[in-house]
Amino acid sequence: MNLNTSILQYIEDVKSGTFTVEEFTAEILQRIKDVDGDVHAYLSLNDSALNDAKLIDKKISSGDKIGQCYGFPISIKDNICITGTKTTCASKILENFIAPYTSTVVNRLQNEDVVIMGKTNLDEFAMGLTTEFSAFGPTKNPWNLDYVPGGSSGGSAASVAANECLASLGSDTGGSVRNPASFCSVVGLKPTYGLISRYGLISYANSIEQIGPMTKTVKDSAFLLNVIAGQDANDDTTIDNNNVDYLENIEDGIEGRKIGIIKEMTTSEGLSSEVSTATKDATGDFESLGASCEEVTLPTIPYTVAAYYTITSTEAGSNLARYDNIRYGYELESEGYEYNSYISKSRTKFGPEVTRRIILGGFVPSAGHAGKYFLKALKVKSKLISEINKAFEKFDYLIAPTAPVQPFKFGEKIDDPVTLMLLDYNTVTANLTGKPAISVPYRVINGLPIGMQIMANSLKEKSLFQSAYALESKTHLPEVPL
Amino acid sequence: MTKIGLEIHCQLTKLESKLFCSCKANYREFEPNHNICPVCMGLPGSLPRLNQKAVESATSIALALTCDTPEKIAFFRKNYFYPDLPKNFQITQLNVYGDMSVGGEGHVSVEDKKIKIRRIQLEEDPGRIIYEGASERTKITLVDYNRAGTPLVEIVTDPDFESPRQVRVFLNILSDLLENLGVAEPGLEGAMRADGNVSIEGGNKVEIKNIGSFHDLEKALHFEITRQQSLFERDIEIAQETRHWDDRRKITVSSRSKEEDQDYRYFLENDIPWVEIDQTTRDRLKENMPESISSKKERYVEKFNIAPQVAEIIASDRYYSKLFENAYSVHNAKDIANLITTDVIGFIDTKEKQQNSKITSKHLSDLIDSINSKTITRNSAKVALQEIVKSGKNTKDVLHEMDLGQVSDSSEINNIIAQIFEDEKQAVIDAKERPETVNFLVGKVMQKTKGKADPVKTLELIKSKLNQ
Repeated sequence: MNLNTSILQYIEDVKSGTFTVEEFTAEILQRIKDVDGDVHAYLSLNDSALNDAKLIDKKISSGDKIGQCYGFPISIKDNICITGTKTTCASKILENFIAPYTSTVVNRLQNEDVVIMGKTNLDEFAMGLTTEFSAFGPTKNPWNLDYVPGGSSGGSAASVAANECLASLGSDTGGSVRNPASFCSVVGLKPTYGLISRYGLISYANSIEQIGPMTKTVKDSAFLLNVIAGQDANDDTTIDNNNVDYLENIEDGIEGRKIGIIKEMTTSEGLSSEVSTATKDATGDFESLGASCEEVTLPTIPYTVAAYYTITSTEAGSNLARYDNIRYGYELESEGYEYNSYISKSRTKFGPEVTRRIILGGFVPSAGHAGKYFLKALKVKSKLISEINKAFEKFDYLIAPTAPVQPFKFGEKIDDPVTLMLLDYNTVTANLTGKPAISVPYRVINGLPIGMQIMANSLKEKSLFQSAYALESKTHLPEVPL
Repeated sequence: MTKIGLEIHCQLTKLESKLFCSCKANYREFEPNHNICPVCMGLPGSLPRLNQKAVESATSIALALTCDTPEKIAFFRKNYFYPDLPKNFQITQLNVYGDMSVGGEGHVSVEDKKIKIRRIQLEEDPGRIIYEGASERTKITLVDYNRAGTPLVEIVTDPDFESPRQVRVFLNILSDLLENLGVAEPGLEGAMRADGNVSIEGGNKVEIKNIGSFHDLEKALHFEITRQQSLFERDIEIAQETRHWDDRRKITVSSRSKEEDQDYRYFLENDIPWVEIDQTTRDRLKENMPESISSKKERYVEKFNIAPQVAEIIASDRYYSKLFENAYSVHNAKDIANLITTDVIGFIDTKEKQQNSKITSKHLSDLIDSINSKTITRNSAKVALQEIVKSGKNTKDVLHEMDLGQVSDSSEINNIIAQIFEDEKQAVIDAKERPETVNFLVGKVMQKTKGKADPVKTLELIKSKLNQ
């Protein structure tokens, strides 16, 4: 049985009786057993996956109403809540937290009959770009186990790339879907802010983050978005998408469309020569598809990483304040402590990156410093928004490589927070502006993937998918060597 | 000159649900921690869902207090750690960076003085901390989150009050207004709370927190003014600080926790998008607003010729004014109003009694009809009222069962008068010499008839017998 299949192909095969949901699920479970000891994509597995598959098979054979997912196996990043399962955020502080409710995205998936395989690894509270900040050990890149898978949704990307599921849901605050998608050669979408409900996603920087699908193909990404997007009464920030069908007309092509190549992101100091070459190739591909490409400059971009870390730290400091070990948490005897010393003690369980950002988040918006840092970051954000809106008056898409470099080895950058932060250079703009962006697998060079990022204007996901599909059809990538 | 400013918190208890979830706004009937959900407990991954009705109620308050109301409002996070705060930040409002809370400047007139309202904001109430043994020194501190997320309106005034008495009058006006609007029940325990700040001529501003009731607020203000004056007289500087009201010792105590130094790191609550409150909404809220207390009072005085003090009492209480509005007809309005203010109030003088009272508007109009048709005396009406409040039986049955029918038959009254004249010979002589003492004899007749004798007729008959 070929596990390296798209969701859409899988559905065809189940419908035609090539295999049952149970058979496929069992194969995936076996695959997880075989490779996840090395990859470590999963933090926990769904014990009833096989049972869930059987129930869906029963629905199919009895002719009952069946959801459009036909039991394809999916994994969920472990910062998204599912009733009765551990949701740890890869943090010691939530090590035993069992969510008492299910997130809207998972609800919608379950209503359409997916089989959830388990919860995937991430950098603690989604803060990081390598999964090295997971409290439960890093995830390895399936393309080369010595290399990082990217992050923070590294477990999700690796689980898809290693055929331990057909798709995954990640979350993207500054590139956390797109970066690991690029590093693991999968498709990763960060939709328009508000397109997907965040209810049940554990907040890190709530003003800019979104849940996003991670899939093997662009069409699968559009298919998943169809299932999970749209307004939600449990999230006041969600917007109405008028039930757009993102798959419809996805093959229409991009002839005559205008593409801006973002100068700041394609000429930056940290850009590797492999990535730079790939970007030039991609430009050529787009032109051969009938689009016109032109360089565009967004002068505020050099300030975006600083603004991003200022804003996200401020929000993280506030969002993570609730982990005081009083209403839930881990065993810590309170005898002998007063309130302040108790919560200080309990909060020492946070890992180094989370601690760093909480400390930063206590400083940059504080009374004496907000003007110099936080308010300035907000100004950068609004300036960037007006620049990008102006660019979208002229261009249909803005492109750049998703990450300035290819995957690197474990330990290579973890001790240098600033270098690590610069990996976000090409991705944070979509978050700060709320625009949709997708990372499409484009090259595998020296056995390591490179992804290309396409951005579109707000709620233009349909058009975004058309361009991503067109680019994807130009590529011929090898299979993962695992 | 003494300057006092207030910060009043009032729960919107008339709302069905909390500010950001569907738990009950009325948390008082629940076992501790039984009126909670992932949202008001701030569980990981939960998001606030704004109760639009709370925005409307708060806007109504702002409109009633003549405040400026903005086209759109934003919410902010006030970040601080406290065990009663599930998220360790409070969602509240702030007037900065061009963002506005539900209400800007307005004013309330208190006895010819205009008290300026600085702003009104909508926010969530925290949970409740219970110290075992009611002492902060206890080893066990309990937290009940039933209250967490209850919609709360904060009203901040300028330091326009000159005395604690003025504060009291203002708070009475304000709580009547809030109740009349139908958005709050200020009488409920803990539903309306106020903190104050005090400064005297030449001194710094001192804030007083932790005040349990309006009664205590007045005491705390008095204490604080005296404390500051005595410092001033001895040339000691009055420090700018926050002080806590010590309810046990009835004094204010300097707060050791430096609240004034606390940095709340306010920033926008991005989980709640800006809320538009357009002109149509504001017009609708204004239109649906119940008649104001002052206009009600004016109407009672002008239309029914009711005495201003009587009209004031009835207009400013929702319960009495409802009783009145449903009972009156044009010809008996004044009598009903007087019956309420002289007798009904005596039996039903607390919110609790109002809730338990069985009396209806029909009872009042029946009683007034009976008095006016001389079926019963005013006195008997009072006796009957007491029973009606308890049992709610219809007026006719009560009058019959308690034998309260008026005695207006002349021969019957004459028989009684004859007997009294026998028993009270000296009084009869006195009455002949000094007619003003005749009331003593009338009183004796009333006593004998248990108040049922028609007082006018009795007086008439006694006078004629004295002249015989």
